[in-house]
Order: sequence, then structure tokens, then C-alpha cells
Amino acid sequence: MPVNASDALSLAGRDLISVRDFTRDELIAFLDEAEAFEYYTSPILSGMVMGSLFFEPSTRTNLSFSSAMQRLGGSVLGFADSKVSSTSKGESLADTVRVVENYCDIILLRHPFEGAARLASESTRLPVINAGDGTNQHPTQTLLDLYTIRQKRNALEGLKIAFIGDLKYSRTVHSLIETLSHFDNELFLISPTSLRIPPDFLEELNANGTVYHEDEDFFSIAQDVDVLYSTRIQQERFPDAVEYEKVKNAYRIDRETIEKLGGKATLMHPLPRLNEISMDLDDYPGAAYFDQVRNGVTVRKAVLSLLLGKTRV
Amino acid sequence: MPAEQPPRVPEGSKIKVSALREGTVIDHLVAGTALKVLKILGLDSDRSVTIGLNLESKKMGHKDLIKIERHEVINEEVQKIALVSPNATFSIIRDFHVVQKLSPSLPEMIENLLRCPNPSCVTTDDRVRTKFIVVRTDSLRLRCHYCERTIRKDEIELL
Repeated sequence: MPVNASDALSLAGRDLISVRDFTRDELIAFLDEAEAFEYYTSPILSGMVMGSLFFEPSTRTNLSFSSAMQRLGGSVLGFADSKVSSTSKGESLADTVRVVENYCDIILLRHPFEGAARLASESTRLPVINAGDGTNQHPTQTLLDLYTIRQKRNALEGLKIAFIGDLKYSRTVHSLIETLSHFDNELFLISPTSLRIPPDFLEELNANGTVYHEDEDFFSIAQDVDVLYSTRIQQERFPDAVEYEKVKNAYRIDRETIEKLGGKATLMHPLPRLNEISMDLDDYPGAAYFDQVRNGVTVRKAVLSLLLGKTRV
Repeated sequence: MPAEQPPRVPEGSKIKVSALREGTVIDHLVAGTALKVLKILGLDSDRSVTIGLNLESKKMGHKDLIKIERHEVINEEVQKIALVSPNATFSIIRDFHVVQKLSPSLPEMIENLLRCPNPSCVTTDDRVRTKFIVVRTDSLRLRCHYCERTIRKDEIELL
């Protein structure tokens, strides 16, 4: 569905630092623009340059953004490791950004420190896209997750959405849950006690009236769940290796679990997966984790074109 | 042997503190916060300060009180103190008279007053000014403008 001109204009020149900065309508405008790119692509960013500053490696995000920029006719410069930048000589982030803004039209930033993208955006006149700042935000991951939910369920409201695994440390889950609070859905939060979602998030869900259920038991989820979002449980979160083994297997999703949950759920995962999702589910029609990767490029095309004010019209 | 009795205090008597000619009276401080407030103010040693700790208060049960000679609090100090004692009142005294009363109110954004407790926050670089958004005032919640971490009252650390 084409974006109307006023939505597109409101996003031109903006930064994409945190999903918190956007209204429900603006979030939908990103998704609508992405949807249009499913059917239409042309070199609308020809002659434009994306400065890609990766102060820590993230190959997938880097490749996905580069693919989106180049497929729209733009080009990319930058670095994929801070060791090759002047930061290694002690230059401040603000100064690095002020220098790089002279070489490009938009800045993409990945940084291990939380808040780095916000700080960078305050140091430049160019739009800044946050490609991940520590464990804080990764807004294009959130947008691509939202886009995948809408694509697979044909709705963003009235859904039963279950999050399973590490709900305490997962940046992906936190951002998506916050963003989903713009829409009316029922959430199921399934995790071991030690990896429960932090109380501040529950406070926010209570404040905006989101209906949610918290449980340790996988099968407490309502049978007719629409979306199952699984995340990796990292071994280093557990002081006891035996405890980790128990938990790891308790939250593993295979064909049997899908059947028990009604057999129609869209199955999502931010990847990389370890053994959270059985390989034998890869041909299950609801398996959406590789679609998320493809949608990542589509959504990033939309983000780049909207922030650069180069719409398809 | 009978226990020693405390000296009798005549009914209606009050502790007498000399009146303030010029300065500030900070009243209705949460009991136990006066020393923290003095630290916030960081006053010179040549200034007279009178402190009342754990005084009886009709409204609060117990409270602390501070009188500071020759120092009129400024807005930035009032905001800082509001973070540890949100209902404190401030009376500015000139020539023994109250010329202004201030009640603290938290601004929407608190700049360069607090340290972010998140060790991975970009503001751990001292070149960056900290900023916090006041999310809730009833049960105080601040959010770091940079790392977006929510901070509760007991996590507040002044710069």
C-alpha cells in the first residue's frame, strides 16, 4: 500500500535511534513503504552515500543495510571494525561523526555503548540510523519483526503473541514488546524464573493496559497462539551448567510442540539459533525466521528512502 | 536503684534556634536526608549551618530541617534536592524576613546533575553531559536520554 505524501514527508531528515521516538502512524508508514518495495524497486537513491560506522562487528546487519542501499542505487563507505577508525587514537564519537558527515548523506552506526547512536545524532546534521547500541535498541530489527508479523498474520492487532526464552536480556524482545504496546494484542511471556522480563517493562505494560500472562511453563500458552517468538538462551547467563541444560531443552520448539499449540503459529526467531528451533521445522509453513532476514532488507530499503526523503512518487 | 530520668522539658517549650538574618531555610526534608542535602549544596566551611535531624512533624511524622546563613539556593540546587526529598520547602530570608518561598518541581529533563548507573552507557565518557527524562514523579522513575535505562529513586547518583 503506497504511503501518503504527508507520512513520507514527516520522516524525511529524521533519525532512527529508538522505536520509542515514533508514533503508531509513523511505525505503520515504515511498514507500508516496505510493503511497496515488495513490488517496486528502482535506483531512487542513486548518487547518495551511506556512511556505515561499525564500532563493533555485526556482519548480518552490515550486509543487510549495504544490500538495501545498493539495490536502491546508492553506495556505501565506512568501516566494519573500530580498530581501523580514529577512535582507536582516542577520537571522540562526536568528532568522528562530524568528520564522516562530510563524506555521505546518511549515517549508519553500530556501537557497543548504549546511547551512542543518540549521541551521534546530536553531533551531526545528517540523519542517523541506529544499527544497534549495546543491549539497548536495534530499531530496524524491531521494524522487520513488526513487518513480518503483519505480513504473516495480515494484522497487527487482535493477535495472541508468545515470547519464549531469555526475556530478561533480549534486546529484540524488549523492543518488540514495547512497540507492540501501540497495538491491541494479548501477550504470553514464557521464560525460566531467572530470565523473566524486567519489572520496569511490566510496569509499562500495566500503564498502557496491555493484556499479558507470565509463566514458566511452555504449554500454559493458549492453544490458538498466532505468533511464537523464540530467542536464544545464552549459557553465560547461567552460573550452573546443569541448570542451563535443563532450561535449554525445556524451551526447545519442535514439530510436536507446534502441534500441541494448535499447529498454525507463525514461528519467529532473530537468528542465529542454536537448538531453540528444531531443524525439522524449517519446512513448516509457519516457519518465518528466514523470511525475517529477507524482510530485513525490504524494511531497511524503506527506512533509507524515507529518512533520505526519496520516496517513490 | 531507679533508672535515671531524662530532664523534664516544660510543656509547650521548643528548641530555640537563632533567627536567620540572610540565607535559606530548607524545611520538610525527609528524615535522614539532611546530610545528603548538605553534600549536594557543597557549602564552604566558613558558613554557619544549623541542622535539625528527625524533628517531630505533624505532616510528616519526622523531618529534617536545615538553616544556612548567607546562601540563597538557586534553581539547580532545588532540583537536585527534590530528587532526594521531593516535598522539601525552601524559604529565602533577607533581613529576617521571608522574601521568597520555593517548592521543588522536577523538570521534564534533568541535565548534567546525575550519573547514569549503567556502566555500558555512553555517558560514562566524561565528555558527554548526562540527561534524564522524568517519566514518573509519584514513584520516581527517570530514564537516561542516551541508554534509555529506567532508574529508580534508590539508584540515583549525583555527579
